[in-house]
Amino acid sequence: MKKYLMFFKLRFATGLQYRMASVTALTTQLIWGIMECLAYKAIAEAMGTGLPMEYSSIVTYVWLKEAFLALFLTWTGDKDIFSLIQNGGVSYELCRPVSVYTMWFSRIVGGRGAEALLRCVPVLICAFLLPGTLRMGLPVSIEAFVLFLVTLVLAVGVAVALCMFVNMLCFFTISPQGWRMVLLGSADFFMGNVIPLPFFPERFRKVVEWLPFPYMQNVPFRVYSGDLPVAELGPVMAKQALWLVILVAAGLFTWKQVEKKIVVQGG
Amino acid sequence: MITMEHVCKSYKVAKRKAGIGEVCKSFFRREHEVVHALQDVSFTIGEGEMVGYIGPNGAGKSSTIKILSGILTPDSGSCTVDGRIPWKNRTEHVKNIGVVFGQRSQLWWDIPVIDSFELLKEIYSVSKENYNRKLEELTELLQLSEILKTPTRQLSLGQRMRCEVAASLLHEPKILFLDEPTIGLDAVSKLAVRDFIKKMNREHNTTVILTTHDMQDIEAIAERVILIGKGQILLDGSLQELRTAAGGQDAQESLNLDHVMAALYKKLDIM
Repeated sequence: MKKYLMFFKLRFATGLQYRMASVTALTTQLIWGIMECLAYKAIAEAMGTGLPMEYSSIVTYVWLKEAFLALFLTWTGDKDIFSLIQNGGVSYELCRPVSVYTMWFSRIVGGRGAEALLRCVPVLICAFLLPGTLRMGLPVSIEAFVLFLVTLVLAVGVAVALCMFVNMLCFFTISPQGWRMVLLGSADFFMGNVIPLPFFPERFRKVVEWLPFPYMQNVPFRVYSGDLPVAELGPVMAKQALWLVILVAAGLFTWKQVEKKIVVQGG
Repeated sequence: MITMEHVCKSYKVAKRKAGIGEVCKSFFRREHEVVHALQDVSFTIGEGEMVGYIGPNGAGKSSTIKILSGILTPDSGSCTVDGRIPWKNRTEHVKNIGVVFGQRSQLWWDIPVIDSFELLKEIYSVSKENYNRKLEELTELLQLSEILKTPTRQLSLGQRMRCEVAASLLHEPKILFLDEPTIGLDAVSKLAVRDFIKKMNREHNTTVILTTHDMQDIEAIAERVILIGKGQILLDGSLQELRTAAGGQDAQESLNLDHVMAALYKKLDIM
């Protein structure tokens, strides 16, 4: 266990190494968050009561999304593992007396967790201090808050397991571009990173719910504000757990295939 | 300790000529060529031996090291290291080996070297006392005290190499595979690394397999030399035997070892 915590520590240290990057990232996130809130405000005023989510829930959703961006970020994160595969750095990884799957899984969790921890505090402080309708709300109940944390952990598990599966696929194609564009790009949209899932048309949403993507950030962020009632959470959490198991199994299976015929790039 | 019997390994390599027309053509139809990196390689290495593994570029040196360290699976043949099949009992096997790939880095790029060492300590489950003792020893021998606190990206190649060597030895491996460990080292560092390897061998009876193009490394370290060319073992013996094999006037002691090797490579037609 301690060795896996080390990854978290190391990534935390890496995150703190570049101070200016943290400051600029924070600024971007705040401006982006405020713009999103304002856009939804305009929509809310135009639509009146027909909004699929309450405005306050949307604001909370936006701020949680910005605060925990690093946990679910699909389009930039985990570059180091892709480069290990592409440049043959994987040979050192295979010289370690631990399972490569577990090592990389914890490395990604550590990386994302550490970065999120660094980013979330200033973003949340600002979001709670913003004036009027831009301010982020408190969780609806203590129960909801606890379940927010539980589903957040499950959600990160699902997201990282998907990412690991994509990593393993990259052993076959060498260039990660294709897989990343298709799988991670669609993940970004279907998990509600562009617009929250309740804004999707009813039928479309029904289809999307069969995919693993809605079981990432969509669940915890909506539990927090009460948009997803605690009473309805049982089956949702079961599906989160199910997807976690499926994706880990798929990743492990692919790894077993990879391990047998691995090729180290670059001599 | 280490046995390799009739090991073969081949790679499929995509090839095409230069030019945009060729690029387009190869998008639809790839031409592959099978490269036989290793063909029927066999040798045995005893405990505590220091072996130099040499050969021209692309001879199959690194492929052998990668098979021995459990990274690659050979197409056929058998191989045991310390009673284990490297690619089958990988996690057990790698606990006892240390590997340095001279052209890659195992240190984290952005953070001070010492942080990477701490991670390795955890990964190999090295106890605190052992780690501190070993770190002290390595720091002194490889002169690391000045550079341990520096982020890896700001080290020079030679400084980094010394750290890489140290990183591979923190868990006190019984067997050490060194794949060109002296690339980019200055004279002092080279001597330090060589002395250090010899000391490891003397004090802990560490088995060392070393590939390099620096013949002075071989002269300083290896008691036994294995020569590989085009995927086949061509010679296995002492450095003196190698000189004799090169033949004629090249056998003279006075001649530079590089010339001896060049003559030998040409004679065996493995360039």
